[in-house]
Amino acid sequence: MQTTTTLPAPVSPWKRFLKQWGMTLGIVLSVVVIIIWQYSLNENITEAVLASTIRQSTPLVLGALCGLLGERSAVINIGIEGQMLLGAFIGFLVNVWTGNLLLAVFAAIITGAIMGLLLAYMSVTLKMDQIIGGTVINILALGLTGYFYQVGLTTNGKLQPIPLGPLADIPIVGPALFNNPPITYATFVLVILVHYILFYTKWGLRTRAVGEHPRAADTLGINVFKVRYVNVIIGGAIAGLAGAFLTLEAVGSFERNMTNGRGFVALAVMIFGKFTPLGAWGAALLFGFASAMQTQLQFAGINVPHQFIGILPYVLTIVVLAGFVGRTHVPAADGVPYEKE
Amino acid sequence: MSEEILALEVRHVTKRFPGVIANDDVSFTLRKGEIHALLGENGAGKSTLMNVVYGLYSQDEGEFLVNNKVVEINGPSDAINYGIGMVHQHFMLVPVFSVTENMILGSEVTKGSSLDLRRARREILEISKAYGLEVDPDAIVEDIPVGVQQRVEILKALYRKASILVLDEPTAVLTPQEAEDLFRVMRQLTETGVSIIFITHKLKEVLNVADRITVMRRGKVVGHTTPQETDQKGLAAMMVGRDVLLQVEKTPAKPGEIVLEVENLSIEDERGLDVVKNISFEVRTGEILGIAGVQGNGQTELVEAITGLRDVDSGRVTLADEVIPFKKPRYLVEHGMGHIPEDRHKHGLVLPYDLADNLVLCTYYQQPFAEKMLIRNQQAVLENAFGLLERFDVRAPGPEVKASTLSGGNQQKVIIGREFSRPLKVLVANQPTRGLDVGSIEYIHKEIIKMRDEGVGVLVISAELDEILSLADRIAVMYRGEIVAVVDAKDTSREELGLWMAGAQPEKM
Repeated sequence: MQTTTTLPAPVSPWKRFLKQWGMTLGIVLSVVVIIIWQYSLNENITEAVLASTIRQSTPLVLGALCGLLGERSAVINIGIEGQMLLGAFIGFLVNVWTGNLLLAVFAAIITGAIMGLLLAYMSVTLKMDQIIGGTVINILALGLTGYFYQVGLTTNGKLQPIPLGPLADIPIVGPALFNNPPITYATFVLVILVHYILFYTKWGLRTRAVGEHPRAADTLGINVFKVRYVNVIIGGAIAGLAGAFLTLEAVGSFERNMTNGRGFVALAVMIFGKFTPLGAWGAALLFGFASAMQTQLQFAGINVPHQFIGILPYVLTIVVLAGFVGRTHVPAADGVPYEKE
Repeated sequence: MSEEILALEVRHVTKRFPGVIANDDVSFTLRKGEIHALLGENGAGKSTLMNVVYGLYSQDEGEFLVNNKVVEINGPSDAINYGIGMVHQHFMLVPVFSVTENMILGSEVTKGSSLDLRRARREILEISKAYGLEVDPDAIVEDIPVGVQQRVEILKALYRKASILVLDEPTAVLTPQEAEDLFRVMRQLTETGVSIIFITHKLKEVLNVADRITVMRRGKVVGHTTPQETDQKGLAAMMVGRDVLLQVEKTPAKPGEIVLEVENLSIEDERGLDVVKNISFEVRTGEILGIAGVQGNGQTELVEAITGLRDVDSGRVTLADEVIPFKKPRYLVEHGMGHIPEDRHKHGLVLPYDLADNLVLCTYYQQPFAEKMLIRNQQAVLENAFGLLERFDVRAPGPEVKASTLSGGNQQKVIIGREFSRPLKVLVANQPTRGLDVGSIEYIHKEIIKMRDEGVGVLVISAELDEILSLADRIAVMYRGEIVAVVDAKDTSREELGLWMAGAQPEKM
């Protein structure tokens, strides 16, 4: 005899699709409409806005990749900001000392990885509260960089855009997508790569299992601690790269607290993107677009105090997060240290 | 006679945890193709022993032999390599993964750098067919019933070519029908050469399926036997160390006036489903009303509403002639409602608190525990604890230990001690003996009947028919949010109740 199993009422596939993708579609459509409308008014501004969108979104999506590698294996990383900042600073210093940009980027990545190692040690081995662990990193980074920073130093050049042949000449999107400096290209590749690893490989399956049900993974012979360490360290390295982007690609110098909350916005971007790299990319682009529009609106001389226009991207983040967070699946073991016996 | 090749032999294994010896010089043997039951009360060390065999814990002394060869097991991957598979009491499945993903986790099949889910799916369908264990490889685990989840767990072990299968309390989460299904599968597996270690504390099941039985008590093996040599009474005595009443004695009920009345109660849950549909019943003083039903048919929500933890959509509940306000648990506590919750960890106790604090959770703000509503009187709290721990026979080092350190049975006794220490008019006991051993069940049943005899109206909710039948004076059966039948306990049978629980309509209402 079949016993009771209450099945959810059947939902039509169309309704399910709409529920899952409706909001995303709506946002994409409205952005496209805004772009087309703007392009009809002034093409130069449109190209500037799109290029700025990519520029603004790069550190965010890198930060989000760092965050989601950690959280997919159940380590909450609120130290992205600090990992980025220290990466930016060390990368900057190495460039000032050696004049070598490649070496500087490499140094930033290593710095981020070391900060990742520190976070992994605190949260996996010491089983410390992960929020405190992340805060430690943020304060440490802010303190160290503030203390050692000397005014007046500048980098020895910046990473320069590399146009990808005829692709860069495509109207509207060409300059934005195919005429970028190396870290921006690397970001495009990383998003796809991390997405592939997370959802299509053995390592990704194990990472997600460790984030959802570490004991189940353990009973199948998977080393929970190792999976968490590796993911958090790789995440740190990516955050370091985001730091390198700020000093070595975008600005060309270092300022105190130059990350300016990007590490935290990256967390929001990660959640908005439902803990997936492609989703986070979309979210980062949206945020970048809002930031770019905000700059344009300020130039346009609309009679509104600029502070109000300045909050636009943040208001957008809050609205979007408030609308989405409830429906996001957070890895079940997120933030919980694993005890073996 | 040539030496028999044993599937598994455990020799003199000792496992110590800080302060306790979980396994003390345990030895037993598993023959090829047999079902060997490991029987014992909770905390007897059965699960610990199997976790040691499976490599999750490391033993302090002793050794294991697989196929008569000594093996070193340092982790689950070693155990898997030696053909040992384990189905844990709490399933080791990732709820948001598909069946296929869960099956291959840790032993992934790949094509290049990618997972080869298509091949994995095919392999799963093959073994699922070979063993007659039907599963849908694409289903998401959290969407499938527990019985099927268990099947996935068994297949997971078989997928790793397990020849020794450890089943830890496999029937705890199953309906009677699903349990029968499982036993059929177990017998079928032994025919294909798999040897099974079956951990349980349910006597009937052991006699039903086991070839041989090893009984453990307090970390030691107290004896080996077979179903032919013993019966339920004998096994219970071995397990507990004294004679146990399997069915508590009780006198006929002397029902008085109505003390708890539920009228037309309807509840919609968080997902907007009607989980309780227009339910009405009443409980009289001095009687036990049992609500039988498979879990998840609205009992949880019904109890939460009655005990002040949940709001309702319509209907009312009257406690001793006063209509109760919903979501006001303190009102209920002060008006004589006792509640033994379904989940003792989540709702029954504050696990990180000590026993003394847990015992005054309902009354801490009253005299004598708080002076002038403000200052805590530790002396009174401790005295209260000493008294209750003794009266309710809680085996604990003292009132200052944390509730989390106690065994399930003792935790439940702490809850009963707290609830029974107040003057009660109504007692609502939801799954009061879930997961407990026979000794504790006997004790808790006796206490509940004692309450009834003192004139309290008792509402017992249970998915275990045995429990309902041995406690209740009247029985209501709940199915899909409705009460489908109310009968006198004398006038019904297991079979009839089982049919109603599964959705069959009674002929007359």
